[in-house]
Amino acid sequence: MGRKLLLEHINVPGINTFEVYRQKGGYRAVEKALKSLSPEDVVEEVKKSGLRGRGGAGFPTGMKWSFLAKPEGKPRYLVCNGDESEPGTFKDRYLMTHIPHLLIEGMIVSSYALGANTSYIYVRGEMMPQIRILEKAIAEAKNAGFLGKNILGSGFDLELYVQPGGGAYICGEETALIESLEGKRGNPRIKPPFPAISGLYNCPTVVNNVESIAATVPIINDGGEEYAKIGIGRSTGTKLISASGNLNRPGVYEIELGVPVEEFIYSEEYCGGIANGKRLKAVVAGGSSVPILPTNLILKTVNGESRLMTYESLADGGFASGTMLGSGGFIAYDEDQCIVRNTWNFSRFYHHESCGQCSPCREGTGWMEKVLHRLEYGHGKLSDIDLLVDVSKKIEGNTICPLGDAAAWPVASAIRHFRDEFEWHVTNPQEAMTRNYGLAHYADPLPKVEPVTAS
Amino acid sequence: MSEKVKVTIDGITIDVEAGTTILTAARQIGGDIVPPAMCYYSKLQGSGGKCRTCLVKVSKGSEKDPRPMPKLVASCRTTVMDGMEVQNITSPEVIEARKGVVEMLLINHPLDCPVCDQAGECHLQDLSYEHGSEATRYEFERRTFDRIDIGDKVQLHMTRCILCYRCVYTADQITENRVHGVLGRGDAAEISTYIEKAIENEFSGNVIDVCPVGALTDKTFRFKNRVWFTKPVDAHRDCPTCSGKVTLWYKGEDVIRVTARKDEYGEVEEFICNTCRFDKKKTDDWVIEGPRKIANHSVISANHYEQLMPPPVLRTNPALREANKEQFERTTKL
Ligand SMILES: Cc1cc2nc3c(=O)[nH]c(=O)nc-3n(C[C@H](O)[C@H](O)[C@H](O)COP(=O)(O)O)c2cc1C
Ligand code: SF4
Ligand code: SF4
Ligand code: FES
Repeated sequence: MGRKLLLEHINVPGINTFEVYRQKGGYRAVEKALKSLSPEDVVEEVKKSGLRGRGGAGFPTGMKWSFLAKPEGKPRYLVCNGDESEPGTFKDRYLMTHIPHLLIEGMIVSSYALGANTSYIYVRGEMMPQIRILEKAIAEAKNAGFLGKNILGSGFDLELYVQPGGGAYICGEETALIESLEGKRGNPRIKPPFPAISGLYNCPTVVNNVESIAATVPIINDGGEEYAKIGIGRSTGTKLISASGNLNRPGVYEIELGVPVEEFIYSEEYCGGIANGKRLKAVVAGGSSVPILPTNLILKTVNGESRLMTYESLADGGFASGTMLGSGGFIAYDEDQCIVRNTWNFSRFYHHESCGQCSPCREGTGWMEKVLHRLEYGHGKLSDIDLLVDVSKKIEGNTICPLGDAAAWPVASAIRHFRDEFEWHVTNPQEAMTRNYGLAHYADPLPKVEPVTAS
Repeated sequence: MSEKVKVTIDGITIDVEAGTTILTAARQIGGDIVPPAMCYYSKLQGSGGKCRTCLVKVSKGSEKDPRPMPKLVASCRTTVMDGMEVQNITSPEVIEARKGVVEMLLINHPLDCPVCDQAGECHLQDLSYEHGSEATRYEFERRTFDRIDIGDKVQLHMTRCILCYRCVYTADQITENRVHGVLGRGDAAEISTYIEKAIENEFSGNVIDVCPVGALTDKTFRFKNRVWFTKPVDAHRDCPTCSGKVTLWYKGEDVIRVTARKDEYGEVEEFICNTCRFDKKKTDDWVIEGPRKIANHSVISANHYEQLMPPPVLRTNPALREANKEQFERTTKL
């Protein structure tokens, strides 16, 4: 059994209440940090832990914290990103629903480390129940003296607020989130300046994902070095994976980074294999924004090594044959799923969620959606496939925020790996409307890599 | 003495003040190496970064850190570093990306240049001529909107808008309140005011001048003429509200339109007030200074006043070409 650091007590009845959470050792990290560690010590522990941002980009959290500007006379802010809207990702909601005090505890520890006296948890607008849960948990924590003035007699003050978002995916992008928090339209800002220098109300700000902040609790309790012992290489600790799609047991799993993808899909400890006795066709490993891979490439890298659930192993092969861990939204597709339809569905999402500030994303996302719709419904042309690749290239890298890339990658990767299926939709439009393409060769073992000999 | 930094753009080196953007540095050099800018406007705080037409490649970050920047950057919002090397027209990557941006901008832009007031002084028209590809590959319906009036002097034709946000920043800059902004998201976003309300401000007419396309137009001018049949003349008056320095646009003896004076990048020199713009349309109101020099890349300056010169976007479209010819004949007959 893999170690559980975040979800250890998830099945304890009443763990969502302050009382039970405290009985199970909750708020020890706050006591330890405030009574025996300096803010710099806390940052140091997080650095040692090797924790990387769980919101998608995987940027080392300790390093991000150490970049925070500390000008005299200006407040600093910690903002927790609970906007979680990436298709396929639902781990933050799970955590906030069932063990809200873990997030509150992490917020206190992290705010202390950053010297923030006012911190915000920005929660996606549709998650009203979670917003109520967090508000209740904050009231409980405050009542017990863990929030407010002079916490535990340490002289550290902290007010924590929950802010509902407006229900737009783009408000999960950190600068759009900051704009939204300021009461403005959620348009991403043009960087630089980065939030660490000028963020919320033009003050230095750190934005971190719910899970990243929660992970600081075991890091402080057990020490950064202990945390770093879990995992492989630069992928340390545990990670929550939202598993969905055609799996026997979809759900949220806490894994030790480094579990082989194959084991994650098929073992009884995790997803228990593909539902209804079907075969696996493809996987989107890290939320809708990351490249989709066919079975043969998700289970093994091109060099024939077993692919692991780590930042590095999933990215092995770059864009040609790899993908990304992203936010850990693991979606499995069985042989009955249509990749063209799925790609169209994703691109419909990005089209709908583009904020519309920059031309390539505003216009390009809609264009790709329309072309994909045409392909899926049997009116496509062979030239559409190359057109899609070209449009995705015109978007990628040329936009203000990474949503443009996030819209381009799923399309480019689907065509890269499933081109035959796209072509089949064009050459057999009638048939494509009545049945799916099926598994084809997508699960066939990869050919051995031929050593290149210089001639 | 403020600090100077050295930057090289397309092989041409110049010393500029620290904190200058790449675009401004390029404008100081001038000529072909200046990236086109559809959203940045030096007089509008916060503008820029959105249209992505000004993308350039930074092939050397600075003397201290010579690594190239990993992605193309918006030159209007990227400040120069000492020793920075930038490629604009010398980079095939930039040319390709810009072509892509222009194609994107034209996706939802109606090619109704023959009936658009902005034709001849439209930056999108110039841009698509200089940087665009021959024909669009977009085969779907374009989005359309009904025209709406923003007060009695300004008309918004959202169908033509490229969402550059210049008018939004103008409104933000002239009023305390948020009266004019963007509704909706993505390609469904639209410019609007609160229930088609006029912007209550003496300077609201400037949204017309900042608009790079024909989305915001002067209702007191609309359909009276195509700009390349009118003659621009610089003039001034003693105005209690603004500088009173304007360009008068003549058709024969009549002043049919008043605008602020624009420089070669389409930026006004100074904002003018609504009285000068909308209410002073007699030669007697003004002291005439002389003919306005028009930037040399514009259709108007190419001496197209009196000839059939369909804008480049029309050339490949027979229906529009026909419409343009008709319009031309109608106008020249007057
Ligand atoms: C379009 C878009 C949506 C995003 N949505 C989220 C989100 O819902 N939750 C999240 O934590 N990060 C999201 N991010 C990433 C954030 O910008 C940011 O990198 C993250 O919150 C940083 O936290 P971390 O370092 O703890 O991962 C999104 C990014 C983009 C570009
Ligand atoms: S990439 Fe898309 S979502 Fe991001 S700023 Fe540009 S238009 Fe908005
Ligand atoms: S109306 Fe004109 S100025 Fe305003 S955003 Fe649209 S194109 Fe820009
Ligand atoms: S002018 Fe720079 S992005 Fe528009």
